[in-house]
Amino acid sequence: MSELLDLTISQLHEGLRDKKFSSVEVTKTYLSEIEKKDPAVEAYLAVTKDRALEQAEAADKIIATGKSFDPLCGVPCSIKDSITVKGMQATTASKILENYIAPYDATVITRLKNAGSVILGKTNTDEFTMGISTENSAFKVTKNPHDITRVAGGSSGGPAAAVAAREAVFSLGSDTGGSIRLPASFCGIVGLNPTYGSVSRYGAIALASSLDQIGPLTKNVEDVKLVFKVISGKDPKDAQSHPYEFMESDHSLKGLRIGIPKEYFAHGIDPEVEKIVRAAILKAEKAGAEVVEVSLPHTEHGVAVYYIIVPAEASANLARYDGIKYGLSVQEGSNLLDVYLKSRGRGFGKEPKRRILIGTYTLSAGYYDAYYKKAQEVRNLIKKDFVEAFKKVDVMFAPVSPMPAPKIGEKTNDPLSMYLMDIYTCPVKLAGVPALSIPAGTMDKLPVGLQIIGNYFEENKILSVASQMEKILQ
Amino acid sequence: MISKQEVERIAKLARLELTEEEIIKMQKDLSSILDYMDILKKVKGGKETVHVKNDLVNAVRKDEVSMKESHLPEDLIQAAPNKQDMYIKVKAVL
Repeated sequence: MSELLDLTISQLHEGLRDKKFSSVEVTKTYLSEIEKKDPAVEAYLAVTKDRALEQAEAADKIIATGKSFDPLCGVPCSIKDSITVKGMQATTASKILENYIAPYDATVITRLKNAGSVILGKTNTDEFTMGISTENSAFKVTKNPHDITRVAGGSSGGPAAAVAAREAVFSLGSDTGGSIRLPASFCGIVGLNPTYGSVSRYGAIALASSLDQIGPLTKNVEDVKLVFKVISGKDPKDAQSHPYEFMESDHSLKGLRIGIPKEYFAHGIDPEVEKIVRAAILKAEKAGAEVVEVSLPHTEHGVAVYYIIVPAEASANLARYDGIKYGLSVQEGSNLLDVYLKSRGRGFGKEPKRRILIGTYTLSAGYYDAYYKKAQEVRNLIKKDFVEAFKKVDVMFAPVSPMPAPKIGEKTNDPLSMYLMDIYTCPVKLAGVPALSIPAGTMDKLPVGLQIIGNYFEENKILSVASQMEKILQ
Repeated sequence: MISKQEVERIAKLARLELTEEEIIKMQKDLSSILDYMDILKKVKGGKETVHVKNDLVNAVRKDEVSMKESHLPEDLIQAAPNKQDMYIKVKAVL
């Protein structure tokens, strides 16, 4: 039944509808593929076989009624371990949450469950989603299915590798600085970072609340659309979520104005990556698109702004891990303060500690104006860059990262060089606009993604353009 | 370079116990990261908020209890590592 592993969501939907196979059969096929492949890929932190089979049986019952059912019904997926699923672990790859069992479903999970999706398990991430490679996971490093000596990207490396290794039909990940697009690019799959506010963050373990967004990682563009349709929209439990309804639309490449941000090709980009991205742009032009050079003048400040704002928000968000309410609790010492100090000191790994310290420093008296306030001002300028650029163009095409997947261990000793991998992905987040990564080509078998950036709440335009690009890039 | 005392002071503010080794490593890491942030110093402007499509302004809700899952309080207390009956236990504050 291994041919089932090749099917996309809509192909599975047709097969389930026409009774060619059942959800239990599909789910079992994926579970046995996980058993076979995951010892090498290490995408999963937990596989919940019994639960998955129960959900598949439930889906088969819905399908058997003969009434119409959601395209995601009976389709097996993986969930990043930073998103809560009731009764399952939610470690966000941290020792401080090692034994934590989530008491509630994230809103995106409620929506997947209502659609009838099957959850295979929880996938790996950098600890508290802080990283670009899953090397900051307290439990394991996820390998790139295209070359297991290399990283899968991060922080949603587990979700991306699971899809690329055919260990899940689709995954839910989250993107704070590039955490969906980067692993999607490295693993040769499609990943969407939605507009800030289009998908509920309720149940997403918070890193930086002004940036965090949940989004899909899938085999192709159509699958992104099907998952995004289900998970997006207003949620009363997230005050920042918008009354947004996804409406499909057609935007032909013919006559489409594509902006090329010149700063994204300026320096530091691997020439091979540039060649692949430029070739994709040329193909769009040949298909009738008008290619326009645009400028996002504050691009070079993106990483600095990002790594002030994220640690500042993270230091506040991670204050909740105190050894009292949930998670690791070290009951040594004589008073409450000792519990805080020791639980946090032993529970957090290197990167969360580093970011908590930077955040505490930049928010502390005497430094606030120089760092945090300044970063917010430059963030305004970055946002303005995008607003101005979208007055001239429909979408923008850009690289996702300056290089393909690095070797495992290549960058772990230099946090700053890790941070610079976010150079083409984090400005999008600071502005709050949506962006997607699709495979554009390969260099020495390593996938390279093309980033398609859209205006606020124009996921429909991105997806329409991406599905045409998908065809001409094949 | 940020001093060792400064790292210790921030760690205490952040309620993080660090080993001697960690303090020295953080001194180095924090210094190089914060040095990099200096590139923002020369940037001018940005004091006005940029408004975009569908910006939310003061998203508020009615102050109503909307508890639908009756077991949630019990489930949340169950998650606490140290508890007794329906209470979370803590050590002496002082």
